[in-house]
Amino acid sequence: MSMLSFERKYRVRGGTLVGGDLFDFWVGPFYVGFFGVTALFFSVLGTLLILYGAAIGPTWNLWQINIAPPDLSYGLALAPLKEGGLWQLITICAIGAFCSWALRQAEIARKLGMGYHIPVAFSFAIFAYVTLVVIRPVLLGAWGHGFPYGIQSHLDWVSNVGYQYLHFHYNPAHMLAVSFFFTTTLALSLHGGLILSATNPKKGETVKGGEHENTFFRDTIGYSIGALGIHRLGLFLALSAGFWSAVCIVISGPFWTRGWPEWWSWWLDLPIWS
Amino acid sequence: MNSSTRNARILFLTLTGLLLSGCERPPTESVQLGYRGTGMQQVVNPRILEQKVALNVPPTATASAGTDGPSAGSIYQNVQVLGDLGIGQFNRLMVAMTSWVSPDEGCTYCHSAANFASDELYTKIVSRRMLQMTTEINSQWQSHVAQTGVTCYTCHRGKPVPGNVWFTDPGSARMANQGGGREHQNAAAPAVAMSSLPFDPFTPFFKDDSANIRVVSNTALPTGNRASTKQTEWTYGLMMHMSDALGVNCTFCHNSRAFADWSQSTPQRVTAWHGIEMVRALNGNYLEPLGPQYPENRLGPLGDPPKVNCGTCHQGAYKPLYGASMLTDYPALAGPAAASQ
Repeated sequence: MSMLSFERKYRVRGGTLVGGDLFDFWVGPFYVGFFGVTALFFSVLGTLLILYGAAIGPTWNLWQINIAPPDLSYGLALAPLKEGGLWQLITICAIGAFCSWALRQAEIARKLGMGYHIPVAFSFAIFAYVTLVVIRPVLLGAWGHGFPYGIQSHLDWVSNVGYQYLHFHYNPAHMLAVSFFFTTTLALSLHGGLILSATNPKKGETVKGGEHENTFFRDTIGYSIGALGIHRLGLFLALSAGFWSAVCIVISGPFWTRGWPEWWSWWLDLPIWS
Repeated sequence: MNSSTRNARILFLTLTGLLLSGCERPPTESVQLGYRGTGMQQVVNPRILEQKVALNVPPTATASAGTDGPSAGSIYQNVQVLGDLGIGQFNRLMVAMTSWVSPDEGCTYCHSAANFASDELYTKIVSRRMLQMTTEINSQWQSHVAQTGVTCYTCHRGKPVPGNVWFTDPGSARMANQGGGREHQNAAAPAVAMSSLPFDPFTPFFKDDSANIRVVSNTALPTGNRASTKQTEWTYGLMMHMSDALGVNCTFCHNSRAFADWSQSTPQRVTAWHGIEMVRALNGNYLEPLGPQYPENRLGPLGDPPKVNCGTCHQGAYKPLYGASMLTDYPALAGPAAASQ
């Protein structure tokens, strides 16, 4: 198989975290490594368990397949396979697969001699998932607080859990998370629009460079963050969105049991005006 | 450590402290109300619940009086309700009512000291009507109050005027169409659990001639449902009141994937539906008609009499007094049907 021009740098020995040289090889274009093996193991096992769960469930309708966590009565214990045990095993597989993938990214970063930006960024997504299915359920004392695995069912869960706190838009961390998500898309659209404009000039004109891009934003909004800065900003915005999403759900229940509008009473009760 | 680092640390600690001071802490308790994984759960803070339970303990009943002796109606004058009760039971109930409603003011809060039979005080006229209301609730509205029933104490809790009554809210002084009006919303109002939703959902929904609470369409495509987002917010406001009054969240009655669908709702929603009908009937038949009896200081800003909503009885508990029945100790309040048994 032919190699891409930059792959020569990547295809170097060493940099592994676990397993030494044992798994330090490629299959076609794919680096394997110890964590490639574990990622494959967990993802195949997890997927098969989901298929098994679907097979013993009432429907093959893709939208309606649902693998639900155990009843609250099981607390933090293991549940029978067909009463939430599958959900517990699939959760273990999912966390195993996601963490393996992040660690494989770390090994690749070491081979390339670059920073850990990518595994660190991905770990925020893993953190958000683990918050939903491990941290919050443990804080609330039952696996039954995790979300079900299903296209429709997880949306129904989100809706009901939101209404557990009467009006979720009053959750301060949810406000932050939503703001960061929107700001991420705004920044990405500004940046994407700029790059597409600069690299697709009018017929007869040349591709524009960094100074042209900076000038455009200095003219438009008075400031240009720069070619490197926009990527730092994008990373910050995206990770903040995921981080505050995790915070907004972990505080709902363990750290606040009432309606979110009521939480703002501290503001109304500030001694300045109350 | 230089001063900017120190300042940053102090700021960080202060902000963290402020954030946490507004919060609660684990462990919590939770109750599952739907199929596993649907998120139909009540999460409660046991430390808050303990305080609420302590506030919702019924008073101990006095020793029951014998049923013998002549009826109250044959001894006292002007006994228009409960006249069939034996004199001992009647007096026991009057003493209990005093401790439930006017413990500090005593008998003369309702009765003229010179002549107990006199209807001179408006409070006596009101309390007579309230007794009739109580017996109607206990006999005609068992779809909502079941066998638990209500007594004066359910609402009054030792206060002459129950702590949770409502009046029509006049809203902002400025006319809404002149700009700057609150349109009866955006006020962090306790009536709607401190949300910005319309803060007087009681006037449209809890009076006798009430507006339709339902806003959800029955069909996927538009087929004539004209309910607007604005109307939906009024309904949401009412539901916030119900949640707050009962100390529960929306999933106590609804599966939010289909709020309107009865087949996906919990049995509690049926009880709540009867409760809404009951509140409307009580306001229409008992509370509103008493308007002319009250002195001005008992009326709302628009001159309407005090009326009931869910919080009047529930006071933050999913069942008033957490399900304790005082009716068994005071069967006379159970109304004609039960009393004749």
